[in-house]
Amino acid sequence: MKFTILINEGPYQHQAADSAYQFAKAALEKGHEIFRVFFYNDAVNNATRLAIPPQDDRNITVQWAELAEQNNLDMVVCIAAAQRRGMLDDDERDRQGKDASNIHPAFRISGLGQLVEGGIQSDRLITFGD
Amino acid sequence: MAMLHIVNKSVFERGTLDSCLKSSLSGSSILFIEDAVVSAVNNTAVSDKIKAELSSKNFYVLTPDLNARGFTDADLIEGIKGVDYAGFVDLVADNSNVQSWL
Repeated sequence: MKFTILINEGPYQHQAADSAYQFAKAALEKGHEIFRVFFYNDAVNNATRLAIPPQDDRNITVQWAELAEQNNLDMVVCIAAAQRRGMLDDDERDRQGKDASNIHPAFRISGLGQLVEGGIQSDRLITFGD
Repeated sequence: MAMLHIVNKSVFERGTLDSCLKSSLSGSSILFIEDAVVSAVNNTAVSDKIKAELSSKNFYVLTPDLNARGFTDADLIEGIKGVDYAGFVDLVADNSNVQSWL
């Protein structure tokens, strides 16, 4: 079965990103397909490659990146939510004339249409939020 | 097929459990995750409300989240089933759609 996962909250403050990760991992282990993971609102902060959590804590961005690499996941960050919060990839850095980028290469920036498409193309859309 | 309702906030913090109970049809499944696991614990101010719905709806609780908050299966209202993340995935697959009460 195909799932799309929507996450609305940032890392470490809310459990949403952790719950979504555990769900995605379990779904893949059971042989389901994750069509897309969409990071919306504060959830765009899950995509920063600059976070340095304490060594005995989980690194949520790296967890997602590793899961995506192992399973070829499409992880999409909402562009409007990302720009408001200073989350940029190299293309957006150049386009906006900024001096830095911070989005992990396992994630890509795109628009809300990708969420709508995920809802249409998947059998289930599961939301994790606050 | 029936619908899966997911509640993630404590009944002592938010009104989402009431919204869920009011709107869900009989035959639905209701899953408590994150802080909502306290709704599955017996002998609280809301356990009678849950018990009254047990005959018409299926109640589940995410065991890892229950255990993370210091509760075990022995603390649950009788009739509420504990599931792990694999069981969570099965509930999503076995119901025709999913509503997260945020």
